This record gives sequence, C-alpha cells and structure tokens, in this order.
Amino acid sequence: MTVTFLISAIAIGTVLLFGCIGETITEKAGHLNLGIPGIMCTGTVGGCLFVSLYMNSLEVVENASWIMLILSSLFGAFLFASLTGGIYAVMTITFRCNQNITGLAITIFGNGLTQFLMHSYVDKSNFSTAGKIISKCLPFAENSDGIVKVLFGHGFYVYLAIIIALITTFIFNRTKVGLNLRAIGENTATADAMGVNITLYKYVAILLGSGIAGFGGVFYIMDYVKGSWENASTIEAFGWLAIALVIFTLWKPNISIIGSYLFGALYIAAFAFGNISFTGREVLKMLPYVITIIVLIITSMMNKKENQPPAALGLSYFREDR
Amino acid sequence: MKKSKNNLKEPFVRIVKRDNIKVQQVILIYVLAIICGLLLSSLISVMFSQKGLDDFFKSLFTGALGSERKIWLLLQDTALLLGTSMALLPAFKMKFWNLGGNGQILVGCLAAIACMFYLGGKVDDSIIILLMLIASIAAGAIWAVIPAIFRAKFNTNESLFTLMMNYIAQGLVSLCITIWVKSGSGVLVPIPYGNIPDIGNKYLLPIILFIVITILMHIYLRSSKHGYEISVVGESINTAKYVGIKVDKVIIRTMILSGAIAGLVGFVLAGSVNHTISTASANNMGFTGIMATWLASFNPLIIILTSFFITFISKGMVEVRKTFMFTNDSISNIVVGIVYFAVIICSFFINYKLVFRKKEKEEIKK
Repeated sequence: MTVTFLISAIAIGTVLLFGCIGETITEKAGHLNLGIPGIMCTGTVGGCLFVSLYMNSLEVVENASWIMLILSSLFGAFLFASLTGGIYAVMTITFRCNQNITGLAITIFGNGLTQFLMHSYVDKSNFSTAGKIISKCLPFAENSDGIVKVLFGHGFYVYLAIIIALITTFIFNRTKVGLNLRAIGENTATADAMGVNITLYKYVAILLGSGIAGFGGVFYIMDYVKGSWENASTIEAFGWLAIALVIFTLWKPNISIIGSYLFGALYIAAFAFGNISFTGREVLKMLPYVITIIVLIITSMMNKKENQPPAALGLSYFREDR
Repeated sequence: MKKSKNNLKEPFVRIVKRDNIKVQQVILIYVLAIICGLLLSSLISVMFSQKGLDDFFKSLFTGALGSERKIWLLLQDTALLLGTSMALLPAFKMKFWNLGGNGQILVGCLAAIACMFYLGGKVDDSIIILLMLIASIAAGAIWAVIPAIFRAKFNTNESLFTLMMNYIAQGLVSLCITIWVKSGSGVLVPIPYGNIPDIGNKYLLPIILFIVITILMHIYLRSSKHGYEISVVGESINTAKYVGIKVDKVIIRTMILSGAIAGLVGFVLAGSVNHTISTASANNMGFTGIMATWLASFNPLIIILTSFFITFISKGMVEVRKTFMFTNDSISNIVVGIVYFAVIICSFFINYKLVFRKKEKEEIKK
C-alpha cells in the first residue's frame, strides 16, 4: 500500500518535475511561459506519434527494443514541444508580444492540436505493449519490495528527470552560461551591455525548456498510464501545477525534485485511500491547489532577496528603449 | 553610413519603434492579421479533409449566422463573453493578472444553483431570483478578493493564485454535485425553479444586461475618480503612491468589483442559460475574456467587437467541424489559437516598424 502510493507519487512528481525544470529555464531567461501546459500536450503527441511510427515499422510488436522506444519517444516529444515553444519564442522574443497573452494562446492551441492529432492521426493500437517496455525498470528491482522498489522500481524517465534537474542546477550556479542566463533574467539591459548575445540565449533557453517540459507528457502517457489516452486536459492541469511548482521551489531545479514528489503525493492522495467517501475524495482532490496557494503566500511573506522571481520576468526587451 | 571606415555592416532589416500610428493603419493591420489567420487555419482544415476552401468559409458563416436561433445564441454568448471581459477589464487596467475568471464565474454560478436547489419550490420564484443575484455576486467577489488581499498586503503572485482558485472552484462544484446528485451519475438535472423570466425571448435579458454593464464600465473607467486611480496604479505603483493613492485599497476594491461582475455572469449562466452546473460551466470564458480584453487594448467599446468576433469564430467552427467531418471538437481550438497568434503579433507591427537596408553601395562609390 505505502509502496504503491510512493511509486505513484514519484511518477506524478516526475511529470511535474519535467514541466517545472522547463519552466524554470525559460523563467531564468526572463520569460514567463504560460504556454507550458500546451507545450507539455504537444510534447505528448510528438512522443506518442514517434512511438507509434516505430511500433508500426516492426513485424512483431513484442520484439520492440527498449532503447529505440525511449529514443523515439524522447525525440518526438522534444521535437514537437520545442517547435511549439518556438512559436512562443518567435512571438515573444522577436515580435516582443505580451508573454502572458501569447502563453495562453499557446496553451489553447497546443491542447487543441494534441487532442486533434491523438484522436485521428496517432495509431494507439500498440501503446499498451510499448508502455510496458518503456516502463521497464532495472531487473533486480522488478520483483523486489519495500524501499528497493521505491528507489529503483521506476522506468528510465524518472531518473532522466532527476539527472536533468541536477545538471540544470549545476549549469545555473557553477558555469558562465548559467551566470549569463541569470543576468538576462535579472536585468536584460545590463546583460546586453556585458556583451551577452541576448537573443541567442533567450531562444536556446525557451527551446530547451519547452523540449524538456514535453518529456513530462509523454512520460505520463507511455510510462505511468501505460499507453491509455483519455484527453489532453489532464496533462494541461499538470502543466499549470508545474508552473505553480516553479514558484514553490523558488526557481531552484534541485529543490524542485523534492517539491514535485511532494506535489505528486498530494495529487494522488485522493485516489490512494480506498475506504474514503466520495465527498471526502472530492475534498482531497482540491488539496494540491490549496497547498500551492499556501506556499505562494508563505514565500511572498518571507520576502527574501534570493527567493524572488527573476526581476525582468515578463518584460520584453528592446535595446533602444531607455 | 556615408563612410564605411569601420567596416560596420548595416543589418538587412532592423526594428524601429514607431512614434505614432494612424487609426486607419491600426485597423488595416488587424484586418490583415485576421484574414491571414483565417486563411492559414482554413488551409490546415482543408489539408486534413477532402473539402474545399470555400466550404470552410461557407460553413463558418452558416454556423454562426445560419438561422434565427443561431443568431440569438451567437448574441447571447457574445453577451456572456462581454460580461466576462468587463469583469476582467478593471483588473487588467490595474495590471492585476486575473487568470481566475473561470473560477469566479463558476462560484457565482454555484451560489445561484445552490439557491435554486435548496429553495426551489419552497419559496416564491422572485425571492429565489433575488437571493441568487445577491449570492452569486457575493460569491464571485469573495473569490476575487482573496488573492487581491494577499497581493495588496504581501505582493503574492496574483496570476498563479487566481489560477489555483479556478481549480478549487472546480473542486467545489464537483463536491456539490456529488452531494446533490444522489444517483451518482455526476450530472445535475436542470432545475425548473428560479429561472430568470423571458422578456420577448430568453436571450434578450442577458444581452441587455451586459450591454448596460459595458456602458457603465466605460463611464466608470473614463470619468470617475476610481477609474483614474485604477489607470495610475496600472501605469506605475510608485507614481500612485506619490500622488497619494492608497494602492492596497484600490487593488482590493477593484477586485471586488471584478469578481462581482464575474459572479453576475455566473448568475446569468445558472438562471437563464443552463439552469444547471458542471465543472465546465464557465466554458473557459475566463481565458477567452482575457483575449477579448487584451485584443481591444482595454477599450470597453472595442471589446464588444472583439468578443463578438471570438464568439463568431468558435460558433462558426462548430459547423465547420460538422461539414469537414472532424470527429472531435479540438479543431476549433487549433483555429482559434492560430487566429490569436495572428492578432497578437499585430501588437508588434503597431508598436514597431521594420526598416530594410537601403541600397547604398552606389552612393558610397560616388
């Protein structure tokens, strides 16, 4: 009971973690990307599309190789998500459109596109087989129990998320690239005066961040629910939670590992207790959102300098402005 | 540029900020953008089906204006979106990112439905309607004022706060539905009590109501002291402080107003349109309202046009979906998204212009 609960919590947490890292990277570049929910959706459809293409190219589906499935889902998700992120990037960086509005439009568009393609153009017939292979864990953990299962009983994506989070933290705090990126987010004009290529950094940050966020959706479909597809609105809700999580974790990807697992636990708390009444379940479902709000309030009350959002967040940069 | 001694190359195209732009130019840019957006989305629709381009526009128009009932529905939905936009407008003018329109509408609707559910048949309908009105306005205002208080006191990020309030509102609705619907089907049957009376037909009253609110809002923002304070806070909080405006008070007061109007939209949804509630009752108007408001650059009278346009597209797309035989309704989201992109990019061409490199090689040679 506890083991399955923790495993599901980590799985949901991983979906949020991918979204959270992606959003953190774009926010560090000074772009509040409210399109992340839509981008996670298109990442899902991209990954699913490539998995279905690979599965259909095989003669015997059961022989599908693990590495090819992982690669095709990663590639598809990254491609589609960063393309959608690319629309956002062109509109907000080059055309200097309002970031909030553009993000909302991206979310509407991404949700629609995903629903449309998944419904009519992605062959979902082999997804349960593919899902089983993708979610394979290390052989010794398969039949284990207890703490070993909780630590090692996950598919590749869970560990990928942790690795990406740690690498991102390292880049932010220990490298020149990270320093430049943070400078852009804090004060774009100063970074420009420093000689940093603002446009290049912003584009790379948004494309990379969107691509990483896209992994979240494909992980949810392929690994956690083993290939079943209902609708894009679930993933969209995860996207909004991921954006909230960025604030919860104070723009620090290493904290976001813990934070996202906590959110994951809250999210599935409503389904974990079997003996609860329907009304109690509905109350529990509201819990993650209530906690998010409480965290938002607490972080804003603490008002510490290092816990604040990037100062230039949400502002378009035009060099010739004062 | 006459002496190229530094060997500096002028870029092929550069961006220059516009100082002023004529109204005709603005309109031209928007019209071009809408045409581009629609053409692009029609091409996409055609690509995925066997129909032609003319079918797309034909069914777009018949879907929105095809029959008398469709026209009334179009006007009713425009009015609802207009009401939502009026709720969001004062907040946005204050640069308060209220993404919680959906939640505020939903709790307003829920409060009204609760009155209908508990009092229906026991008390006279006119009393129920009065109570519904008070309850939904109060509920919407409370839902909006909670984030406003924290924004005013602790500078809590309001866009995420209001966003989370949407989900809590949805949770409350599904909670109430599980309590009210004993069968467990999760669908609340339309309640025959507390329905707003028809005047002429059932669409007319909401339309008139929201047009009146729009005019009042126009006057409020333009000619009242409150409206002035809102625009100063929106331009610069520091300026507002120096002028002696109590920023906290303005934020809280404006959000109460904003939430109250959103609650009113919920009231109309409960009493006149649906007579029931689901988690999707707000029909995502909280977000489309943001689009309508922003596209109209915060001008209440232009919002009438933008909300009509947005409703027109989404209504028309229903018919397009039928003719093109798309099996799910997501194509309309794609089209709406593309049209939004096209129109959002307009803001760039209104604020900036592109200057191309002139041919000056000959000049240098001379």
